[in-house]
Amino acid sequence: MDLNVSIIRGLTMSSSNLLSITTFIYGAAAFFYIVHLIFKKPFVGRLGSWTALFGVTGNVAGIIMRWVESYRLGIGHAPLSNMYESLVFFSGTIIIIYLVVERQYKNMIMGAFAAPIAFLAMAYASMSPNINDRIQPLVPALKSNWLIAHVITCFLGYAAFAIAFGMSLMYLFRQKDVEGKSSLIARFPKSQVLDELNHQMVMFGFLFLSIGIITGSVWANSAWGSYWSWDPKETWSLITWFIYATLLHARMVRGWYGKRIAYLSIIGFMAVLFTYFGVNLLPGLHSYGSV
Amino acid sequence: MKLTVVLLLSIAGTSILGTIVPQNRDPAAYLRAYGEFVYRLFDVLGIFDMYHSWWFQLLLLLLTVNIVVCSIDRISATWRIVFVKNPSFNLSRFRNLSQKETFAGDHPPRELGKIYQPIVSKYFGYTRVEQIDKGLCIFAEKWRWTRLGVYAVHLSVILLLFGGLMGLHFGFEGFVNIPEGEKVDSIRIRNTGEIHPLGFEIKCEDFNISFYNNGAPKEYRSRLTIIEKDTPVYQKDIIVNDPLRYKGVNFFQSSYGKMPSNSTFKNKTLATDPSGEITLNFTNRESGTSLRIKTVLGKPVDLPGGLGKFVVVEYIKGAEFRGQNIGEAYKGILTPADGNPLDVLLPLHFPNFDRMRKGALVISVADQETEAFNLGERSDQRYYTGLQVTKDPGVWLVYAGFIMMIIGCYITFFMSHQRVCIEIIKGKAKSRVIITGTANKNKMGMQQRVKKLSDKLANL
Repeated sequence: MDLNVSIIRGLTMSSSNLLSITTFIYGAAAFFYIVHLIFKKPFVGRLGSWTALFGVTGNVAGIIMRWVESYRLGIGHAPLSNMYESLVFFSGTIIIIYLVVERQYKNMIMGAFAAPIAFLAMAYASMSPNINDRIQPLVPALKSNWLIAHVITCFLGYAAFAIAFGMSLMYLFRQKDVEGKSSLIARFPKSQVLDELNHQMVMFGFLFLSIGIITGSVWANSAWGSYWSWDPKETWSLITWFIYATLLHARMVRGWYGKRIAYLSIIGFMAVLFTYFGVNLLPGLHSYGSV
Repeated sequence: MKLTVVLLLSIAGTSILGTIVPQNRDPAAYLRAYGEFVYRLFDVLGIFDMYHSWWFQLLLLLLTVNIVVCSIDRISATWRIVFVKNPSFNLSRFRNLSQKETFAGDHPPRELGKIYQPIVSKYFGYTRVEQIDKGLCIFAEKWRWTRLGVYAVHLSVILLLFGGLMGLHFGFEGFVNIPEGEKVDSIRIRNTGEIHPLGFEIKCEDFNISFYNNGAPKEYRSRLTIIEKDTPVYQKDIIVNDPLRYKGVNFFQSSYGKMPSNSTFKNKTLATDPSGEITLNFTNRESGTSLRIKTVLGKPVDLPGGLGKFVVVEYIKGAEFRGQNIGEAYKGILTPADGNPLDVLLPLHFPNFDRMRKGALVISVADQETEAFNLGERSDQRYYTGLQVTKDPGVWLVYAGFIMMIIGCYITFFMSHQRVCIEIIKGKAKSRVIITGTANKNKMGMQQRVKKLSDKLANL
């Protein structure tokens, strides 16, 4: 009898349950990557990759289930409408981009810096008492096809910046220990590779941040009648855009490399975090994000 | 370059200020928040409408000039590189590259050259064969024009700024409230309050609002008709995100409200009289039992079941929820027995509004006429629709800028001017093939491409 009940429960598992489980899988992946970093066991690193891949499958499935569930509730909409849903999407994007990079550069050390970010974002979404994981109906302002384009592009950008942030941290650790005294750091990818990857990620992120701002702007013009209203979220995304634009110019025109680019990338990611979380403390139009 | 950084940073810095100080509020609210002196200072500096102030526009203008000057400064050099008939290749530069791919070819240079050239030209548009000392050399290149991508991005920024300025000076942003069944021929400009004639009439035939089960608004819908010289010419239902556009003027659903009518007037007198008695209903969410308590503004009442205290602190004539007018409401402070005080909004005509708070008790104002749509029937209550009205002749420039920026960024970041050199040198039995390549961006990626090309040619 008990078994039956649990099977039925299992079959009718809700998206939030699945996403909570995903949180733990990401936690495990982060753990494996860190163990791999410290104890140099390639086997553990591969375990980390597979775990991350397994986690991201759950993540994507959770998002799709949530989408379906919202239609069952009669309030169907893409699951990109509030803080919980955006964090879930953000985590998934980080892992996907990271796994692509890992495959291309054949280095699993970077996972120790990327997977924890995804895990933390997911854990924050699942555990924080301030974040509501219930599926809620869309308020009239959010009912638009631009919602999907806007949120997806913004978060692709944010996720790329998050990985660039991880690369910058690794770069700075590596620079601190030039002689390679620490065997831990000696296993990081070469400085040049980290620097180049940071730059690549920033370019990718910048393109998507630009598209994200633009789609948001076109949407605002069709919802409120003005494409730019200097609302705090808009302004902060512009500030973020400026910081990364400065980074790209410093590199292309001034030929900045290494440390200075790493610092700028870290500052840029701080601005991303503020645009994402901090702005909800300020008054403005984007209040849906705080729910 | 230094100036650019200073400008970017000062725009970013001042923008932050604009996000901290709320913009375009009521002067009285500012006075209360900042005090006399700071208020005067901020007012003179235009900080309350910072993004439209002369100095902020000056900063944006300086940035534009700076972009133009820097671009012109550099574009002449790029132009000379991009527009050449016969691209020049410097063999010694390729020979000096540290990354080389080398393999042995089975044929003499001349034959290998004939085999390789068509393959190379499939990957690179332009190829050229040159004779050298002990063999020959194939030069190839592609995407020379991508060097101009960055100027497309700069031009797009200029388009955006010009489009913005155009909208600011030749467009307007205003609003109008139209009662159901009535028409208007002018609107009010936001911030200044001027009246602006439209040149045609617009009539609100009907306004409807629907709600989700949890009380959150689902849709606001206005049926609008454009009237030119007493003849209706165009009709459309607008909802948020789907405006009506006519002769360059856009009408957006932005708010709504109720017209005072005889049937609700009795209740209104009770509500608008701050000294009057207020009857509140406290309903237990679980058991559904409810209790009526009478109070007045400012007098705390004890909650049933010792759950804490509640006090009504303010009467609001046009309360807002998620940017929408929800009519008259009381604002109260609920102090639970075991927690922090919180603000509670009690709209007079939405008794279920407080259910959204998900508290143990649902508080509502008793004896009020409830909104018809909650009961599933429509009363003879009349509404007015609140429209945002804008005209922006600069929008097409801005949109052109958007498209240009996306394309320009893509070209600048992910496409590069790539050049390869395949040197084929005659040997005793076999020829030696050396492949090198450069790109103006993403040099690591270029090395991988050179390697791929080399693998392909070696395994022919």
